[in-house]
Amino acid sequence: MPKDHGIGASSKRREDVRFLTGRGRYTDDINLPGQAHACFVRSQVAHGRLNGVNTADAAAMPGVIRIFTAADFEGVGGLPCGWQVTDRHGAPMQEPGHPVLATGKVRHVGDPIALVVAETYDQARDAAEAVVVDIEELEPVLDMKAALADGAPKVHDDLTSNLCYDWGFVEENREAVNKAFEAAHHVTTLDLVNQRLIPNAMEPRVAIGDYNFATDDSTLYTTSQNPHVIRLLMGAFVLGIPEHKLRVVAPDVGGGFGSKIFHYAEEAAVTFAARQLRRPVKWTCTRSESFITDAQGRDHVTKIELALDAEGHFQALRTETYANMGAYLSTFAPSIPTWLHGTLMAGNYKTPLIYVNVKAVFTNTVPVDAYRGAGRPEATFQLERVIDKAAREIGMDPVELRRKNFITQFPYATPVAVEYDTGDYNATMDKLLEIADVAGFEARLAESKARGKLRGLGVNCYIEACGIAPSHLVGQLGARAGLYESATVRVNATGGLVVMTGSHSHGQGHETTFAQVVADMIGLPENMVEIVHGDTANTPMGMGTYGSRSLAVGGSAMVKATNKIIAKARKIAAHLMEASPDDIELKDGRFTVAGTDKSVAWGDVTLAAYVPHNYPLEDLEPGLEETAFYDPNNFTYPAGAYACEVEVDPETGRVTVERFAAADDFGNVVNPMIVDGQVHGGIAQGIGQALLESAAYDEYGQLLTGSYMDYAMPRADDVPFYTVDHSCQTPCTHNPLGVKGCGEAGAIGSPPAVVNAVVDALQRAGHTGVTHIDMPLTPSRVWAAMQG
Amino acid sequence: MTKVTMTVNGKAVSGEVEGRTLLSQFLRDGLGLTGTHVGCDTSQCGACVVHVNGQDVKSCTTLALECEGAEVRTIEGMANPDGSLSVIQQAFQDHHGLQCGFCTPGMVMTASALLAQNPTPSEAEIRHYLEGNICRCTGYHNIVKAIMAASGQDVSHLGSDAIAAE
Amino acid sequence: MYAFDFVRPATLDEAVAALGGEEAQALGGGQTLIPALKQRLAAPATLVSLTGLPELRGVCAADDGTLCVGGATTHAVVAAEAAAHYPALAALAGNIGDPAVRNRGTIGGSVANNDPSACYPAAALGSGATIRTNTRDIAADDYFQGMFTTALEPGEIITEIRFPVPEKAAYVKFEQPASRFALVGVFVAKYADGVRVAVTGASEEGVFRWTEAEAALSSDFGAGAVSGLSVEADMMIGDLHGSPEYRAHLVKVLTGRAVIAAG
Repeated sequence: MPKDHGIGASSKRREDVRFLTGRGRYTDDINLPGQAHACFVRSQVAHGRLNGVNTADAAAMPGVIRIFTAADFEGVGGLPCGWQVTDRHGAPMQEPGHPVLATGKVRHVGDPIALVVAETYDQARDAAEAVVVDIEELEPVLDMKAALADGAPKVHDDLTSNLCYDWGFVEENREAVNKAFEAAHHVTTLDLVNQRLIPNAMEPRVAIGDYNFATDDSTLYTTSQNPHVIRLLMGAFVLGIPEHKLRVVAPDVGGGFGSKIFHYAEEAAVTFAARQLRRPVKWTCTRSESFITDAQGRDHVTKIELALDAEGHFQALRTETYANMGAYLSTFAPSIPTWLHGTLMAGNYKTPLIYVNVKAVFTNTVPVDAYRGAGRPEATFQLERVIDKAAREIGMDPVELRRKNFITQFPYATPVAVEYDTGDYNATMDKLLEIADVAGFEARLAESKARGKLRGLGVNCYIEACGIAPSHLVGQLGARAGLYESATVRVNATGGLVVMTGSHSHGQGHETTFAQVVADMIGLPENMVEIVHGDTANTPMGMGTYGSRSLAVGGSAMVKATNKIIAKARKIAAHLMEASPDDIELKDGRFTVAGTDKSVAWGDVTLAAYVPHNYPLEDLEPGLEETAFYDPNNFTYPAGAYACEVEVDPETGRVTVERFAAADDFGNVVNPMIVDGQVHGGIAQGIGQALLESAAYDEYGQLLTGSYMDYAMPRADDVPFYTVDHSCQTPCTHNPLGVKGCGEAGAIGSPPAVVNAVVDALQRAGHTGVTHIDMPLTPSRVWAAMQG
Repeated sequence: MTKVTMTVNGKAVSGEVEGRTLLSQFLRDGLGLTGTHVGCDTSQCGACVVHVNGQDVKSCTTLALECEGAEVRTIEGMANPDGSLSVIQQAFQDHHGLQCGFCTPGMVMTASALLAQNPTPSEAEIRHYLEGNICRCTGYHNIVKAIMAASGQDVSHLGSDAIAAE
Repeated sequence: MYAFDFVRPATLDEAVAALGGEEAQALGGGQTLIPALKQRLAAPATLVSLTGLPELRGVCAADDGTLCVGGATTHAVVAAEAAAHYPALAALAGNIGDPAVRNRGTIGGSVANNDPSACYPAAALGSGATIRTNTRDIAADDYFQGMFTTALEPGEIITEIRFPVPEKAAYVKFEQPASRFALVGVFVAKYADGVRVAVTGASEEGVFRWTEAEAALSSDFGAGAVSGLSVEADMMIGDLHGSPEYRAHLVKVLTGRAVIAAG
């Protein structure tokens, strides 16, 4: 029987009632008294010298309160980058400035130039159009390889080139890897593109600045995955507001997928404007604007080579990747193609020698940063594609080739500097073959054929490093922040609990899952636990929700704090029952003296803590509230195996996903229903990447896919029902819940499954020259591939 | 400014609007009914779907003045009269048909319109009907499942469901 | 959107008068126009809503076998009410956009806009329909004059579109994956005096008739009749969703499929 409450139960989400009845409270639902509205004047060209901004006519338009230009932001800091990567020669990356409003030059379409504040949004937008911007257009830098050529125009004039860094990992292995390739029995090479994507959380970004000049308190309401990080970055680096005078509130957040991690110029601009104007200033992003301002994802151009021996054992792996940073360094941008990508190149396999080279490049495009999976999808895609290609080249079943090379002993230290604590890759592969009914594929193939359709099967594995991350480790790797989480558990006199967590939800159901954990530990009904998050004023410091880390790191902090509560409550119970704390047992919310029928209820103990008439005041403080911070000592390593079956229309090239199965090992699972949902959503995003989505720029640096008219979002009829399973569980060994994280897996594991399946379908139909098609596999691309 | 009068969730309302005021703006800013969301500006995402005279329409692509005299229903008017969740809303919760909740109002309004026309839609009919509603979180699996369940179909083969917590 | 005045006339005469004003523009269901206004691609001084004119709404079968559809009739109504008379037209209407768009968008709005990827122009041209306005009747062959270009004069209102009902017909749309407009759509209609084939989505010149296919199908109405033909890629649209060659290829494939679907 499945559990009906606590850890392991598919508890209904408590968030849902407000969302289903229109009572959610998203940032755009907030309107403050006296609020003014903001609209940004943005660059319409990709690259240009900004010779002047004339606001005179615009300032005289109806309703205009003030127009801010870069001159107003003199003395204000630029947007900081949170990670410094060191290149393979030991030099720090090139780090350009990132002003709140463009200064000197505009560097991508959408770069903010001025901020118009007016009484209404329409007035602000009308006036924004009347701002006259004098821009001398410059040749844009768009293609990464061209950007590195001698004489290429520079995105940042003060840098030596458009190269942010040239990173080698592990640099000391470079020669050994090259030698292994020279000696290899077989080498498989694949050139591929992991195309740029746009995260497209359904809630566009919103920022509202507020300022109380009487108290000098600033408040920012924003659509953020990590309000504390925004407070720290914006307060300390941009606006110079001490954290205790700055509050950042992220209420209900309508999805993020990474794009709401970063500190954006608009947040600083409205907070600054509100202080200047002594009025709240609200900015609501239109979807069109989000296409050219939200940090984008992926955008790698890679050559990967795999060396194998005569039996198919992997001997060495070598990659060269060009990673697009866009025009500026977004908050975590430098870490994505390096530490979140290079460290995953071992995958699930015991390849002894690996060398990863990444050249990060500035271009006149929207900045690129973490998007669901962040570096790990790029690693998984190239590795699982090259393995599939190798299997075909050496005539081995792709599943058998993978199994032959699986890591089977744990812990396992990879040649790319991480140590996997647990895993069982054969178990997830076995489970996958079962739930995907791979045995039935031939029959389905025949049935497709009878209808004139091609059919293919793609299988692959993935591993990711989640639960980001040990602070001491990431500090060595260049992170300018710690990556712990924290929680305060407050028990009220009448026994109810409030858990204040620094983690924040943007759709993951934290209010439900976290309550399950804490309630389970004490043995209380879940509805006795309330979760508070999203507001720096009433939660302890948190580093944010990304990298599948909230339960593994934030949940662990909560467990630590709850254990402190239990320890203290046990002492109070011991006092009340005149027993030794060592003899006190806690079960189902009741304290019992072991071996006796003496007991006190949870509520008796909590009441005693706040009404300490009969209380060991000499040994214990009154009250029952504890805080804990948790800093993990390793990443977690979720892994799994995915299978996709596609049909291809041979006349049109249209691909349809007929079946999709995922067997994941997430370690222990708190709420299976929510975990299923996370995997479903990730798979859809992966199918979207594989078949539909692409942020494409033209030769002028204009985004061709700047709306849903051209950027193809997965719709309900683009995807099938998925078969997902997470019964293979090798619990994480180093966090108290044994959890690994599930938020990104689907998006990491699914793109290669889809592409492998399409290539398989084409190969089976005799298109033996088709060994790869770059994503997205649009009908037109697949048709062109079939034409040879 | 022009006065517009309509019935929203059974209540007569009126307000002063411009010609360019969209129904979504009138609902959100004029009436404070912020359950109707705006997720795009090209009429594709469907987060803004409401019912006008019983039909599902995109309130971000309908002028408020076009709704003079109309009966409008929004997500705030979808629960049962006693405040409990309607069958569709309950199915979305039971089958985890929402995550961040932003597209959810439009999904519920669209699903409700579908079931009014087609009480027992097939999986394919549901997926087709949702063409104008984009969800980035759920991968649609549990939305389709919830709508099937709301129409009384057996969905027990389609993965984990909520268990009533105490 | 830029500011504009909004009027909703109750009679055709009032509407015509309103459209005679400076920078006045007709508003059908608004499903294309309002998004364009939001992007500030147009700046009308007055929007004249045609949704308040009952005489512009509805579907009826005339005695001569023609199906008449009022200019302000929504796609959803056409999908429901034309089904018994002209199933291919009803099916086309029932697959435009999405359900919410179909509840607002109108046939007159679509045909007046003449988006190169819209469905209705293919039906109108493929059926040899007559576009009836407040001033005249225009044959579809004369009406569609290239991308977003029609024979309509400023202020002219489409009151009705009259479709001769064919013996057999079908429309097959291959959707652009993002917009779900037609990457290519082919409407095939077989009449006693011949076959018409109209193609939308494909050409830089908007909806067009594929006359070679018409000739071939008029003598032999079967998918095989077009298999030997080829379509020139020269004037086809090329964009990130498909090359001119791909679109040309699709024209042929979809024409064959439409013939099969027509039965």
